[in-house]
Amino acid sequence: MPRPSTAHYTPVAIAFHWLLALMIVGSLSLGLYMSDLPFSPTRLKYYNWHKWAGVTILALSALRLLWRLTHRPPADLPMPAWQQRAAQGAHLALYALFFVVPLAGWAYSSAAGFPIVWLGVLPLPDLVPVDRALSESLKPLHRWMAYGLGAVVVLHIAGALKHHFIDRDGLLRRMLPARS
Amino acid sequence: MTSRTLFALTLAAALLGAIARPVAAQPKPAVLVPAGSEIGFTTKQMGVPVDGKFSAFNAQIVLDPKKPETGTVSFSIDTGSARFGSAELDAEVPKPTWLSVALFPKATFQSSSIKAAGAGRFEVAGKLTIKGSVRDITVPVQLAQSGASSTASGAFTIKRLEFKVGEGEWTDTSLLANDVQVRFKLVLSGMAPL
Repeated sequence: MPRPSTAHYTPVAIAFHWLLALMIVGSLSLGLYMSDLPFSPTRLKYYNWHKWAGVTILALSALRLLWRLTHRPPADLPMPAWQQRAAQGAHLALYALFFVVPLAGWAYSSAAGFPIVWLGVLPLPDLVPVDRALSESLKPLHRWMAYGLGAVVVLHIAGALKHHFIDRDGLLRRMLPARS
Repeated sequence: MTSRTLFALTLAAALLGAIARPVAAQPKPAVLVPAGSEIGFTTKQMGVPVDGKFSAFNAQIVLDPKKPETGTVSFSIDTGSARFGSAELDAEVPKPTWLSVALFPKATFQSSSIKAAGAGRFEVAGKLTIKGSVRDITVPVQLAQSGASSTASGAFTIKRLEFKVGEGEWTDTSLLANDVQVRFKLVLSGMAPL
């Protein structure tokens, strides 16, 4: 059995990870739920909250990527090469989708003629001009990319749990605040 | 031709001339040119401006810009022609909660006074009727002329709740603002020069 790792991610990386984990899972769930609601004030509220959350996730992901590129994460734990490649691929897909999903949603909203006003206060620029035909093709793009993100998140969680409960290699603890 | 026939013809011509002569004090009504004319509105949903427009409307405008106080404007909009361009919203607008198109197919404006406000600008006061509710409004109008056509444009704000537009749970103005901005550009032909 490999020695449990004691290396941790930086506190900033850990904060980014859990904050965004919460926001992304929340946003995916809200998106899934709200799209079937009938026209109502509740639906209007949920759509706007979802959009606010989406652009916040986009902005935080940009900061997170900057942090990731300028700070070395803990070294990989010993594991079979295919698992290492799979984990790297999953992380790459996660980071790509952190940007693709909100950007597709933002563009969809712009094309549909609903500009985003962050928290109801800060008007954001339209990513694309108002164009109903374009909005009809951006909608499934946003939806399917979001399903893809959901799927990779499930894989990511399954992998982490496997390391924690089956391999018992301390991988998950690296993403928890260090005990002093 | 006898002199009597000549007399009768002269009389007939004089009478016809009198009938055909326009009444001097009354300017001819301007004709609304649909191409280039538009009426748009903007609502705010949780701070988000959402634009819509009416595609069917008509106007009777009698206005001599040099004597605006003698003019009248009456306006009629087909409420069923309101479009946001979003299938979801366009399906909602005709419902009783909103414009109640089946019961109130027209929104109208009838002027009561027109005042000059300098440099091609006018203040048109009158009654606006939407969904059976009547309110006094004053609309600032900017008139511009090029060749034979005149363009009247302007914008004003109405309170949707004064006209019961958005009833029940939609009276919540934190979700849907009470203010609705209305913009218009009317291309008119046959109006007297400025």
